[in-house]
Amino acid sequence: MSSVAQKRGFGAALWDWMTTVDHKKIGILYLIGGGFFFVVGGIEAMIIRLQLLKPNNDLVSAGLFNDLITMHGTTMIFLAAMPILFGFMNYIMPLQIGARDVAFPFINSLGFWMFFFGGLFLNISWLIGQVPDAGWTSYASLSLASTGHGIDFYAIGLQIAGGGTLMAGINFLVTIINMRAPGMTYMRMPLFTWTTFVASAMILFAFPPLTVGLFFLTFDRMFGGNFFDHTMGGNTIIWEHIFWIFGHPEVYILILPAFGIFSEIFSIFSRKRLFGYPAMVFATVLIGFLGFMVWAHHMFTVGLGPTANAIFAVATMAIAVPTGVKIFNWLLTIWGGSISMTTPMLYALGFIPSFVMGGVTGVMQGAAPLDYQLHDSYFIVAHFHYVIVGGVVLAILAGVHLYWPKMFGTMLSETLGKITFVFFFVGFHCTFLIQHWLGFWGMPRRVWTYMDGQGWNTANLISSIGALLMAIGVIVLVINIIMTTVKNVRVGNDPWGDGRTLEWAIPSPPPFYNFTQTPLVRGLDTVYIEKMEGNTTMLTPAEPVQDIHMPNGSIIPFFMTFGLFIAGFGAMFHQETSWGLPLLIFGLAWIFVSMAMRSVKDDLGFYVTKEEIQRDIDNARKGGRN
Amino acid sequence: MDLNKKFTPETWPEHPERATLEAKNKFVGFWLFLGGETILFATLFATYMALKNKGPSGFGFSTQELYQLPLVFVMTLLLLTSSLTSVYAMHHMKNYNFKKMQLWLAITAILGLCFLGLEVYEFSHYVKEGFTFGNSAFSSAFFTLVGTHGFHVAIGLVWVTLLIFRNAKRGLNLYNATKYYTFSLYWHFIDVVWVFIFTVVYLMGVIG
Amino acid sequence: MAEIEMYKRSPIEQDLFVRRSKETMRGQVMMFSLMIFMTICSFTFVVAFQQGVEGFTKYMVIPVLFLFAAVQVALQLYYFMHMKDKGHGVPQMFMFTGAVFAFLIPLTFVTIVWW
Repeated sequence: MSSVAQKRGFGAALWDWMTTVDHKKIGILYLIGGGFFFVVGGIEAMIIRLQLLKPNNDLVSAGLFNDLITMHGTTMIFLAAMPILFGFMNYIMPLQIGARDVAFPFINSLGFWMFFFGGLFLNISWLIGQVPDAGWTSYASLSLASTGHGIDFYAIGLQIAGGGTLMAGINFLVTIINMRAPGMTYMRMPLFTWTTFVASAMILFAFPPLTVGLFFLTFDRMFGGNFFDHTMGGNTIIWEHIFWIFGHPEVYILILPAFGIFSEIFSIFSRKRLFGYPAMVFATVLIGFLGFMVWAHHMFTVGLGPTANAIFAVATMAIAVPTGVKIFNWLLTIWGGSISMTTPMLYALGFIPSFVMGGVTGVMQGAAPLDYQLHDSYFIVAHFHYVIVGGVVLAILAGVHLYWPKMFGTMLSETLGKITFVFFFVGFHCTFLIQHWLGFWGMPRRVWTYMDGQGWNTANLISSIGALLMAIGVIVLVINIIMTTVKNVRVGNDPWGDGRTLEWAIPSPPPFYNFTQTPLVRGLDTVYIEKMEGNTTMLTPAEPVQDIHMPNGSIIPFFMTFGLFIAGFGAMFHQETSWGLPLLIFGLAWIFVSMAMRSVKDDLGFYVTKEEIQRDIDNARKGGRN
Repeated sequence: MDLNKKFTPETWPEHPERATLEAKNKFVGFWLFLGGETILFATLFATYMALKNKGPSGFGFSTQELYQLPLVFVMTLLLLTSSLTSVYAMHHMKNYNFKKMQLWLAITAILGLCFLGLEVYEFSHYVKEGFTFGNSAFSSAFFTLVGTHGFHVAIGLVWVTLLIFRNAKRGLNLYNATKYYTFSLYWHFIDVVWVFIFTVVYLMGVIG
Repeated sequence: MAEIEMYKRSPIEQDLFVRRSKETMRGQVMMFSLMIFMTICSFTFVVAFQQGVEGFTKYMVIPVLFLFAAVQVALQLYYFMHMKDKGHGVPQMFMFTGAVFAFLIPLTFVTIVWW
């Protein structure tokens, strides 16, 4: 496959990527898209830290600073962290359960394009110069007062991206429910698959409220609605509730797959079965459920009353229990293991103390009376960066190093990887640890500058230096990726030598149909079992070599999303321009026609014949690459 | 899958809607989608309940004076009956009786269309009285909740019309059986939502 | 995906199949009449409340309305949408989880939106 792809022209390759429904290619697209927005969000973060480097700085104006913090938060959560995790889920999860593709390949592609166009829509705001500036939470009283089209970009862009996320979530759920290989019972699924499952279930229940909330905001700003305007009987607290009903599960949607990646890493590089697997599964499900019961802890200072605050405080603290179970299980997995200090393992080891610190400050804020002190201070900024950078971003970086050989068939340099880790890890603690104290010393979050002589100067300087170190770490990673790609030293099926799950039993990168024969799963860590029994192919097939049914590629997802993109602009400009409304109608009609085309045209997929598969198997035996 | 494979009532599987892996995927996926829709409507209901009767100072509309129960009663009967007709359609689908299935689906669509017509009439009546979308928080919440339900009905109508015409000539197979079945699930779900709308919005509104 | 096996039911099996399916349909019609009955009851109670008929107080009518709505929805889901049949474990799990959150969200919106 790969040699064929290289010989084709650029246009054909582009067409191939635009129409692909292969979960592995879509996974890579998610990684590229998410990586791009990660860099954009990172640049925004660097400007924020440069602005706060010294007191009374005027590098950026107050308005631009608001734009920057809003876009940094929104970009990092919706367009960087989640898509990159989706990339891993897309690529790895079907391999882990022994499937040939996801349940809905077409919808998978649609989900990606919606994320990408939504992100694009949001960031076009920079070109127009009217940028969202009400914070990533976009509280209604603030966002309704915001002039220009900034918040419109936020509402419509996130609507499009959020729709894509919901589709991806349903797709992952159905894949895991229906397409597990024979013998892969729920309690034999690798933990990354389990966390994908629970995170997807949370997406299913958390994103509809976001959809509704964003529609309300869109109606209020663009179509004369009055949901949040108190002079018309509206209620701004409703937005806060809706946003956090979505927003709190969202952070668990981010952290659970991160937990999954780390669980894989601990088990692989300690060369031990994951300690307390059933407890880990139970804790994951419990975190998922409790994640929906705690949203009002973001609203303690709103004035919901002592009863509501007490209920939500208790529920919040309860989440620390399953999380603690997980931490101890990871520690006990390492204990007595034969540890190899690879780059992913370094990230995993760094993750435990970092995330525990973030978790503990979370429990501090969960205590409602203390939250009144900490609210809207830099302590909050420190806390959520500790859980999101110390948890999710470390997992993403670890996952990049761990799965790079599986995705691209070549190993990232371990030396450069460790340099990245040291810069990033030191930089991360340098940036955010001191911010806890900044919060205690009274520095409010979301201020564009501060006065001299309040004792905040040194701490902010340290913080900015830390951000620079993180940036250096990311640059080293980019250099690493470029060097590795140029050198292109090919690796075998199990490059780390200690793979325990199905993805390590097939070639790197896998053929487009993944498994020549659907594997039979004989237990938890099935590949490890096969290895211990001396099976060199690392797989026990569950079926003879036979024709494989695969889905057809399609350009319709791209077109459908493009229609949404057009309709978005129409909705945004329909009040002040004459072309806005026709454009909106045209965009909606475009979507409708693409949907009808999809629905009326039968798409039955195609078969890979037995002979082609046998040829691939023979080539692989001869040592040649297919 | 061979679409031309001909079945007879004797060979038609007992559960045609989930006879193949693709069908099972669609079946489970659609149920999950309905689970998500539950939360979507729950949020709309919650907002409506919070904003009920709320408007600017001197706001003249209230649920007690606005809603007309006879109209709502007729709409309810129409939608409930259309739920039963789609059950009949699925009964004939499982018995491989394509013609009767199409007929019952057509009846379902006509009932749905009548429902939608009455809803449009109701909305235009409110607007004529001055109860417009932007009139107050209450009106925004009302039109969004009931309108989203109406929008779902409209989508369902387009969906079933496409299904009826697309498959009119080629009859039932295992590829479109799932499509028909998921449509019927969708249609019942619309009815489920309507049960809560007539209870929470109209009946509770009249009680005050 | 492999082709599905075509299994031909014997005349007796087919007869049983048709009979069962007819019985199921009869049950569905029964459930439908129950639903219509409850709907009519709900509307009647509310009209009775409007007219001030004795005994039809707010505290009697509102709980009954919600009870009837819940039963109707359960009938739709379990009979019309076949959630009582085999192979509906996953739909049940997700619909019930959805129902829990769908109860919780309106509850908070009528209690703690800070009026």
